[in-house]
Amino acid sequence: MILATGLDTRYGALGSNASRPDGAAKVQGGFAFSSDMWAENMLWGATLRSPHPHARLVDIDVSDAWKITGVECIVTADDVPGEPNYGLIMQDQPVFARVGDVVRYLGEPILAVAADHPETCRRALAAVKVTYEILEPVTDAERCIDGSAPPIHPLGNVFRHQRILTGDQTIVGEIQVEGTYEIGMQDQAFLGLEAALAVPDSGGDGVELYIATQWLHEDRKQIAACLAMPEDKVRLVLGGVGGAFGAREDISLQVHTCLLALRTGRPVRIAYSREESFYGHVHRHPATIWMRHHADASGRILRIESRMVFDGGAYCSTSPAVLINAITHAQGPYKCDNATVDGWALRTNNPPCGAMRGFGVVQACFAHESQMDKLAAATGLSPVEIRLRNAMETGDRLITGQIMDSVAPVARCITETDRIPLPAPLPENAHELLIPGGTGLTALPSNIRRGIGWGVSIKNLMYSEGFDDFSTARCRIADGAVHVKFATAEVGQGFVMLAQQIARTVLGVDDVFLDPIDTQVGSAGSTSASRQTWMSGGAVDAACRAVRDELLDRVAADRGLVRAELRVEGTNIVDSLTGTTIAVGEVIGEYDIDHTVEYRHPATEDLDEDGHGNCHVAFAFVAHRAVVDVDPDLGLVKVVQIATAQDVGRVLNPLSVQGQVEGGIAQGLGLAVMEEIIVTDGKVRNPSFTDYLLPTFLDAPTVDMILIEEHEPKSPLGAKGVGEPPCVSVTPAIANAIRDAVGRELPRVPIRPYDICI
Amino acid sequence: MPVLRPRSVDHLLELLADTPDVSVLAGGTDMMVEINLHGRRPGTVLPIGSLEELREWEHQRRAGTVTIGAAVPYADMETGELAELVPALAQAARTVGSPQIRAAGTIGGNLGTCSPAGDILPVLSALDAVIHVLHRDHSRDVHFSDFMTGVKRNSLRPGEFVHSVTVPVTRGWQGYAKVGTRNAMVISTASACLVHDAVEGHVALALGAVAPTIVRASRAEAWLSKQIDLRGSFSVSVETAQEFGRRAASETSPISDHRSTADYRRHAVSVLARRLLERSAA
Repeated sequence: MILATGLDTRYGALGSNASRPDGAAKVQGGFAFSSDMWAENMLWGATLRSPHPHARLVDIDVSDAWKITGVECIVTADDVPGEPNYGLIMQDQPVFARVGDVVRYLGEPILAVAADHPETCRRALAAVKVTYEILEPVTDAERCIDGSAPPIHPLGNVFRHQRILTGDQTIVGEIQVEGTYEIGMQDQAFLGLEAALAVPDSGGDGVELYIATQWLHEDRKQIAACLAMPEDKVRLVLGGVGGAFGAREDISLQVHTCLLALRTGRPVRIAYSREESFYGHVHRHPATIWMRHHADASGRILRIESRMVFDGGAYCSTSPAVLINAITHAQGPYKCDNATVDGWALRTNNPPCGAMRGFGVVQACFAHESQMDKLAAATGLSPVEIRLRNAMETGDRLITGQIMDSVAPVARCITETDRIPLPAPLPENAHELLIPGGTGLTALPSNIRRGIGWGVSIKNLMYSEGFDDFSTARCRIADGAVHVKFATAEVGQGFVMLAQQIARTVLGVDDVFLDPIDTQVGSAGSTSASRQTWMSGGAVDAACRAVRDELLDRVAADRGLVRAELRVEGTNIVDSLTGTTIAVGEVIGEYDIDHTVEYRHPATEDLDEDGHGNCHVAFAFVAHRAVVDVDPDLGLVKVVQIATAQDVGRVLNPLSVQGQVEGGIAQGLGLAVMEEIIVTDGKVRNPSFTDYLLPTFLDAPTVDMILIEEHEPKSPLGAKGVGEPPCVSVTPAIANAIRDAVGRELPRVPIRPYDICI
Repeated sequence: MPVLRPRSVDHLLELLADTPDVSVLAGGTDMMVEINLHGRRPGTVLPIGSLEELREWEHQRRAGTVTIGAAVPYADMETGELAELVPALAQAARTVGSPQIRAAGTIGGNLGTCSPAGDILPVLSALDAVIHVLHRDHSRDVHFSDFMTGVKRNSLRPGEFVHSVTVPVTRGWQGYAKVGTRNAMVISTASACLVHDAVEGHVALALGAVAPTIVRASRAEAWLSKQIDLRGSFSVSVETAQEFGRRAASETSPISDHRSTADYRRHAVSVLARRLLERSAA
């Protein structure tokens, strides 16, 4: 059941299933993704990467590579004119490893080459002779805590250590449950691989970069610093982005592509293969989380204790922020007055980790939801009852001391989910493809056991901890039409559609023209943290309102009407004094109006030493109930149904929300039962879609969803971000369902077949 | 790299005999990955997909056999008359990759690559398939058990290629099962094919991805024949089925890798063997 709200019932307005301006082209194959870009006189670029997770770079000999016809340029660390390092939080990651210095992960860039053909690039890279002195890799994050691992970077092996000490540290519950949980390294696995096209300005004092990214302005800042150029000489244009999920927050090929273009004076394109993509972007942090819950005999949570260890890999990326998200969400969507939490984000020679949908909360949620089922068992309550008994409400104080001032319908998420009908039992004549094992025909219905499991989550929205988080939008009336411009990265989430819906609703027009998404307008912030509907939606809404206000001012003045009596209704300007209407479309040709607005959310604070502070902006909640069929003898799983009720604030586009919910569930299902980058001694064992398994259509469950609409007063459109929550608690819901079916603890995800049956 | 398009099987045999460092392309679902991902650069490529005679299959009713051309794709085995004649082959073919892969990949390609995880190889093993190998100067028929010699190794000699494969149309139940960590489109962790010959009173069991080659569980087969009269329809106790699975698993030598563990693979084939035997008896 999906509810739509909105007074304006026009197709295309807010609340309707407006179609996406990029939709038809994407479905028909006509959409130009960044990997489709091409320019006259273009060269191809490619990157040489370290085959070792930890080694001293002794020498690079490129003489044989230069002998290959068609090689136009080779750049190394010596050719980086500006900052040698980059990074979102800590500038600790080299553009290229430098001779005399060390490489810190398998896949670290050594140099880049530009040539007339990809095959020439391949041969050139093969002809480069690199001498390494192999060093012992640090691959166990615990060794960075106890100090037994040597520092592998001048900035040390600890990205961040933060504790939360709240309330009475001595409380011991009548009931205690504990466990140590492990979360494997998940890949964002976007379908559109990294690709960029850099076009140098004639004269070489500037560059234009067409790039698939999540945040044009942050990229520009880091690129300009590395290129030693003023930011206005580096212009970024959004290339067609085929998904992101956090993997495009960090710089990958941006600086390399620009360097090659500036050195050769020709357009240069770099496009990663799937294998290179696994080395080219950060992943979800693998984590080990110990947790103990203290409760009274009635199941009320008295205190939580937790120790969280996040392996950040070789470079910092967003590890400190991911860690803070994890520890501040340790309590889950439950009341809790006393907490003892200790969190570490650490540097190792494993692949760098950073942002991925859920951003630290996924790991914390797997732990606390596993704990809630243990608590249910220990108290004799049902999984639903234990969660309802502890459900957080608006006005509660979080373990950080922050007051929950978002709409917090936790209990409602649980009860609405509980009311969704369960699927029928697996019939004896079930279609063979719907039995666990699928096409493998491994089981008959009589071999199968069914399980039910719950997961409920809290997820922060927007950037936290004092970050100056804002978004910019420009709205113009010109040539009789409405134009909207923003730098919001459209990564597939549908902001281009939402921006049009907002403008249609506010300004009473049907046609809204979108200007190119580039750095010719102020920053929109990142397409991350479930923030763009709230932030860029807020900016577009404010810019459109500013334009509408001026339009009504001028219509009133020019026509001798009372301004206070004019409003836009549907596609008309209505004068409530006389009841007369003027079509917006008839008047906008008379005016040129132009407003640019920056939208900011309320400021947040840093955490203090004891983890206290108003560090988050707002929160969203969701409940998931998973029904799974398990083959206990072979350990194979089929997720039958996910029932979910999600706190969305307000539905602005029902179809789009449905897409986010179903997509997030598929991604969380992947983490539960199959998606893992397997790393041994710092080496990725499965950098391909042959062996990094993503759910197929046969793995995807039926999703029955309820969208809970309680408008969020703090949000400019009343809506909460919906991108991340669906993938946070579905993973533990599925794990709890498998545990229910087979009666094992299964403290690790992904749950592998041999975890179930060996 | 040169790509030579043969006009006929004879022409193909000439090219194969005369061209050094030549690779036969029979669908390309393995070779194109090798070329695109792993930098393999074959000297010369000979695609056989356009040779009509290799894309056909034939039912020899009198002999009770089916002969399948090397370039017959999995898609053609999945449904229709061929699927009715050799149902285990259809089941195995259905587990291969995506519809696009099944439209491209072929029986000849699966034999040419000869991966221990090759999906239809256990079926060919359990059916005692005969592989017709041609050379410009000779031809020979090779039993499957003599064809596959190791991990991605077979007994083809320079200048030879797989022309077609003959399998019997059996009387009795046959079935295939494959374990992977996903419900479709997954490389085999372990697989099994069981063929009941109701006339001879024999059960054949072949196991995939649990040894360097496909394993025929011949000791378990022989043991079973002593336990039960397998002529016509038969019934099997839970204990016997379990013991059959256990014995079959003991004939394997699986490895641990990033896809699974040796223990799981051994366990999985014991479960598959037991279940397939129970299904054949049901």
